[in-house]
Amino acid sequence: MPVIEARQVGHEYGERTVLSGVDLVLREQRIGIVGANGSGKSTFARTLNGLVLPTSGRVLVDGLDTRTQGREVRRRVGFCFTDPDAQIVMPTVAEDVAFGLRRRGLSKAEVGERVERTLVSFGLLGHADHPAHLLSGGQKQLLALASVLVVEPDVLVMDEPTTLLDLRNAQHTAAVVGGLAQQVVLVTHHLDLLEGFDRVLVFDEGRVVCDDLPADAVRYYRKLMS
Amino acid sequence: MNPLGLYVPGTSAVHRAPAGVKLAAMVVAGVLSVLVDRPWEVGVALGVVLLGYRTAGLSSRVVCGQLRPLLWIGACTAVFHLLVNGWERALVVVGVLAALVLLAALVTLTTRTTDLVDALVAASRPLRVFGVDPERVGLMVALGVRCVPVVVGLAEEVREAQRARGLAASPRAFAVPLIVRSLRHADALGEALMARGLED
Repeated sequence: MPVIEARQVGHEYGERTVLSGVDLVLREQRIGIVGANGSGKSTFARTLNGLVLPTSGRVLVDGLDTRTQGREVRRRVGFCFTDPDAQIVMPTVAEDVAFGLRRRGLSKAEVGERVERTLVSFGLLGHADHPAHLLSGGQKQLLALASVLVVEPDVLVMDEPTTLLDLRNAQHTAAVVGGLAQQVVLVTHHLDLLEGFDRVLVFDEGRVVCDDLPADAVRYYRKLMS
Repeated sequence: MNPLGLYVPGTSAVHRAPAGVKLAAMVVAGVLSVLVDRPWEVGVALGVVLLGYRTAGLSSRVVCGQLRPLLWIGACTAVFHLLVNGWERALVVVGVLAALVLLAALVTLTTRTTDLVDALVAASRPLRVFGVDPERVGLMVALGVRCVPVVVGLAEEVREAQRARGLAASPRAFAVPLIVRSLRHADALGEALMARGLED
């Protein structure tokens, strides 16, 4: 598994401190992050592939610094956002899945073969030429996930990917994520998704206040929120 | 039916024609349109375009869908020319306008955006000497096409929110949230592009 190191990571938006002294080494395959709105969990997730550069401290992925080696880090760390509409960048399903591959200089045949394989595994082959905006919410989230995973990142960071989905689509997405070979860092409000995870971090006011196995971390989080 | 003029899958000769050829044909048609001067010439032009729709297996509903946004501007143009230049000129101008819009829609309906973008990138390569980045031109076009349904969706949500709150139709109350949400979407899209490996 890749090793993600956060060394005394802090971040501020103007005068507001959103992360403070976060010091972690993540090497487990399934890592969950929970916390209240504004607790800093999404900002922390964004530091993991350099979308946000910490105002203090460093984030390293397999020794690569997100500040100085952002391009290499983003090749290893895929990111899935809450709102799939904001991350689908091409008009049709197949074109969106192909987007990342085309930018890596693969041949047209290789791109086509990998896109087809990915669409099959996500159950989207029948929608290959459909406009992405006509998909259902669940299908859009699957497309967003497929488009990230087609380039085979080592790590997948997901920021509340099931928040906008109904129960059935949330369960489907969770099942897809559960079957991935990659290291997964999942930020979520759906605590039942953390079942079977190796480690769960609880964020509060920009700090990690609990770092434990899912059952204990969720118990701590429920108590914190009550 | 696709109301936004995006790709409709198919295997017809029109679908299979190279994107560059279709774009070039569109440009040539646009240039030649200034030579059209008689109603029968308009009839021929419209006939050729409609034959393209038939060959592509696109229904008359699709044709009407492409013309609908033209209704107001077409009507105003027709009335103006009817009053100033007579019925023949009105027929020619509106007919040419309709033929060109239908032709442009036929190209987008039968060509994948990726293929259109590739053709545009290839066509813009000579502009490198002027500092133009062809890949960036292509990406801009693709994102433009992608954002049309997104902004339409945002506009619909803003309108629904206004209705839900019982607000009367007000251009300002409609435009401000739509612009704010569109800018937020642009921000999120920029972040997504960066996450997917587009560095700047």
